[in-house]
Amino acid sequence: MPNLSDLKNRIASVKSTRKITKAMQMVASAKLRRAQDAAQAGRPYAERFNAVMAGLAASVGTTAGGPKLLAGTGSDQTHLLVVMTSERGLCGGFNSNIAKMVRLATKKLLAEGKAVKIITVGKKGRDALRRDFGDKFVDHVDLSDVKRVGYNNAAGIAEQVLSRFDAGEFDVATIFFSEFISIINQVPTEVQVIPAKFELADAESTVYDYEPSEEGILADLLPRAVATQIFTALLENGASEQGARMSAMDNATRNAGDMIEKLTIQYNRSRQAKITNELIEIISGAEAL
Amino acid sequence: MVDTLNFDLVSPERSVASFSATEVQIPGSEGEMTVMPNHALVLTTLRPGVLSVGSIDGVTDYVVTGGFAEVTASGVTVLAERAIIKSDITQSDLNGIISSFKADLDNANEEMHDAARKAYADVIALAAALGMSVA
Repeated sequence: MPNLSDLKNRIASVKSTRKITKAMQMVASAKLRRAQDAAQAGRPYAERFNAVMAGLAASVGTTAGGPKLLAGTGSDQTHLLVVMTSERGLCGGFNSNIAKMVRLATKKLLAEGKAVKIITVGKKGRDALRRDFGDKFVDHVDLSDVKRVGYNNAAGIAEQVLSRFDAGEFDVATIFFSEFISIINQVPTEVQVIPAKFELADAESTVYDYEPSEEGILADLLPRAVATQIFTALLENGASEQGARMSAMDNATRNAGDMIEKLTIQYNRSRQAKITNELIEIISGAEAL
Repeated sequence: MVDTLNFDLVSPERSVASFSATEVQIPGSEGEMTVMPNHALVLTTLRPGVLSVGSIDGVTDYVVTGGFAEVTASGVTVLAERAIIKSDITQSDLNGIISSFKADLDNANEEMHDAARKAYADVIALAAALGMSVA
């Protein structure tokens, strides 16, 4: 039986933990709103862009002579995985879910005899994967100083990926991120960006005059498409992270509340037991006289 | 009643503008192009330059770089990597743009070198048109 002052200390410490988790939850929910707004605001561009790209890609076709970014290098020997996670922890299963998915994908690729290279975006993913695949890391992008993820961050990552592609360092690039479904539901997702795959939304293939040629436009826009996809992924990831943190901290706050209740009951019982004990001692002392 | 077309200017981060316009002057990569209502369907890439949109309320100019413009039956949609209202642009914005294109030019491989040099020249021309200095 812990003595009373120990219990009192524990209650105080759980109470202050609850205060912290509550504050973190509130901060996360404010950030989530902003992240969601950003994701929302970025949607029209990505949708329009992808629709146009899909139309272009369908009409140019993925013939061997097509641009490499679309048709591929003709091999799929080396895979580049771009893993996006958060810079901070305490967000539930957010980072570990992504890491798990990457681990599975990497093992599958390695089992098929492919080579794997990994670029990590966000510190937590790097930490989670370092032990298993540390030798596969080729680079790390640090966004910890970035307050708001902007398009130029995505463009920077895309530029790096593209220059590695130009140098022939890999054949297939896939990005891993968490798609934001709702506050309690974020789904780790993988999207192949090189060679690019565009889903043709519907069979709306409008006939345009192209300036310059279709191929020219495609060559100009394909690198931007990579940046756009990475940007979308970063935004989704940002919203997911805050959503995951919010629900994790909400749980933590609730658990702390339960624990305080339990400890308080225990504290009261112990105090009562102590008082009863003292009374018995006094009474039996008086009787003995 | 003047004929109008729907004009949308979208950057990756947000939708910059959306209103009905009477004419849109697009800095296409193959040359300036003015789109008026009922224009033929065109898809063109952009060069760094000034996009000017005329509406009933007057003309609004935007500085745009990188992206494309899509002319459809219903209107014009411009997707630009950067889109800033011309009167709001500052020297530091411009410096950022110039240095990013300079970096592109420096990193460009042989295949892309001509395109990068042309883009850089366009940016310098843009700076001159804005009456700002080139850092």
